[in-house]
Amino acid sequence: MNFTVPTMADLAAKGESPEILFWVGCSGSFDDRAKKITRAIANILHHVGIKYAVLGTEESCTGDPAKRAGNEFLFQMQAMQNIMVLNGYSVKKIVTGCPHCFNTIKNEYPELGGTYEVIHHTQLIQQLINEGKLSVQGGAFNGKKITFHDPCYLGRGNGVYEAPREIISKLDTELVEMKRSKANGLCCGAGGAQMFKEPEHGNKDVNIERTEEALSLQPNIIATGCPFCMTMMTDGVKHKEQEKTIQVLDVAELVNQSIK
Amino acid sequence: MIANILFLILLIAGSALFTINVRKVIRNINLGKDIDRKDNPSKRLSSMIKVALGQSKMVVRPVAGILHIIVYAGFIIINIEVIEIIIDGIFGTHRVLSFMGPLYNFLIASFEFLGFGVAAACAIFLVRRNIIKIKRFWSKEITSWPRTDANLILCTEIALMTAFLTMNAADYLLQQQHYEHYISVGSFPISSSLIAPLLSGFSLPTLEMIERICWWFHIIGIVSFLNYLPYSKHFHIILAFPNVYFSNLNNKGKFTNMEAVTKEVKLMLDPNANPYAAADPNAAPVHNKFGAKDVTDLTWKQLMDAYSCTECGRCTSNCPANITGKLLSPRKIMMDTRDRLEEVGKGIDKNGKDFQDGKSLLGDYILAEELWACTSCNACVEACPVNIDPLSLIVDLRRFLVMEQSAAPQELNMVFNNIENNGAPWQFAQANRLKWTEEN
Ligand code: SF4
Ligand code: SF4
Repeated sequence: MNFTVPTMADLAAKGESPEILFWVGCSGSFDDRAKKITRAIANILHHVGIKYAVLGTEESCTGDPAKRAGNEFLFQMQAMQNIMVLNGYSVKKIVTGCPHCFNTIKNEYPELGGTYEVIHHTQLIQQLINEGKLSVQGGAFNGKKITFHDPCYLGRGNGVYEAPREIISKLDTELVEMKRSKANGLCCGAGGAQMFKEPEHGNKDVNIERTEEALSLQPNIIATGCPFCMTMMTDGVKHKEQEKTIQVLDVAELVNQSIK
Repeated sequence: MIANILFLILLIAGSALFTINVRKVIRNINLGKDIDRKDNPSKRLSSMIKVALGQSKMVVRPVAGILHIIVYAGFIIINIEVIEIIIDGIFGTHRVLSFMGPLYNFLIASFEFLGFGVAAACAIFLVRRNIIKIKRFWSKEITSWPRTDANLILCTEIALMTAFLTMNAADYLLQQQHYEHYISVGSFPISSSLIAPLLSGFSLPTLEMIERICWWFHIIGIVSFLNYLPYSKHFHIILAFPNVYFSNLNNKGKFTNMEAVTKEVKLMLDPNANPYAAADPNAAPVHNKFGAKDVTDLTWKQLMDAYSCTECGRCTSNCPANITGKLLSPRKIMMDTRDRLEEVGKGIDKNGKDFQDGKSLLGDYILAEELWACTSCNACVEACPVNIDPLSLIVDLRRFLVMEQSAAPQELNMVFNNIENNGAPWQFAQANRLKWTEEN
């Protein structure tokens, strides 16, 4: 990357604090595909000149997979340790690159002593565009047909349906909706800790069912806002041998490639 | 006179039996653990008005939704007629409310239209279930009893409405002949044209008999139906209202916080805590069971959910796991919970409240394989027309599997280890969390 990503520790050493903390998440830190999304988000933050920072090596799993799997002990251990770090830096506002981190910190940390203003990266991008701090143009995506796959923990879990769609509509693209979208959206199959285990016995994988639905619209791009959905949909498209013609991209990547 | 007394006995016995059965249901629901759902009454009321009274989630599927609204509106409004039936029955009067004149005519006419609508809608429902065989009514958990239950309800409604219209038709013919006390009141747009022609050949005393038989059938039918409710999925016509009122108001993505765990975790993380300190001698020795193994480990709201389930299958037909052939069906989770709760309730009736039968919801009804297929996507919660939350039960049962039995799937145990040791579900070192900045 051609700029340095500031960490909370760096800023604290200088006696400064950022306007917003960028919570990267485990996928965003370690998964090769998701790391690209992380860099796109960082680039947007850097580009608009907002004062941000990451926790870097002080970040740890939010505990989401443990909580969904029923391991409340492990979840609370993770949560309380993270809250200690966040409160230690007096963090007020957090943007996450992952709807699972977003949901967990926003909804489940307050009862354990961690109350912050938490937004998902699509919400931040929408705000930046609306405030005129970020301008985008179709460019690379002009006239492309895009369908948006709703991540469960962004959509149904927290009622965020419009932010990603508004952003896509700013890119001079054709947004097409799957039959099961928004509140009726079909899961990609990764939530509830399924991401980390073999699916139970059935007659199909959930990501294939969902990919088929997306492919039936013959889009150029399947957009999403979650690193887990990214993995599932990318695998689905590969399984259908469509990876040469159809891209799976995060909304942040769409925006990052369209900055004016 | 004898008729009046019989009627009174029917009414009192019917209401008493209903009260006894409803009390049992309330007792069973109260076997659940406490949970506070009394906050924010205005928001709760408005969601009840929208979702239960206004049926807002029913119309997501327009055909079933609109037909259901006809049956629902018809059922409620026609029951105004029952007020008249009760007064007539007790005092031996006939159409006592007819003094209202034009308003009465209007009411009877609208009951007729609605009654016809209800019967027609129920007939369509029967066709959808039994002839078109819509998939969600033929899934595994819809065994012969749930199918019979649904068909029984629909046939009963059709029978009740037919009796109501036939009664009006006979009355109409008797009125035309100015027979005895059958004075000309009411307006019968449907029965006079649809059913009266079929009856016109009968003598006046036969018509009177038909009118009386239908009248008795109608009221006996209603009283029996009322007493059938607590055994049926049709109980939702009552429970839908409180169930929506007390439903979760938080974001759906938020899972409940387990306070019992919080206490222990705080102790573990507190460097000043002395693990060898003597336990507070005054503290009651509590065994905290984590998660749910049986119905009594669930909250009263989750148990109310089970009694409110209409077995419509909207949850299951939106469930990604079920759609792709997994064993999980959120409707089955709710039906199992009700069946098990009924079983526990009957056991308590027979053997007192400390009854144990060695069975449990987890294992004897719901299998781990079902629970591990859930993606926690909330589609079932979103789809449910009466705001039932199957996901919360799935999570509580998972909690028991993981925290009490250490029975998570092997891959998840590895994930737990990784999170605990290196702060990520995969085996990557926390020290490498900034590596993404070094690449392009
Ligand atoms: S939350 Fe679980 S049970 Fe409910 S629809 Fe999603 S996968 Fe199915
Ligand atoms: S839980 Fe709700 S959606 Fe599912 S069958 Fe019962 S009433 Fe229908």
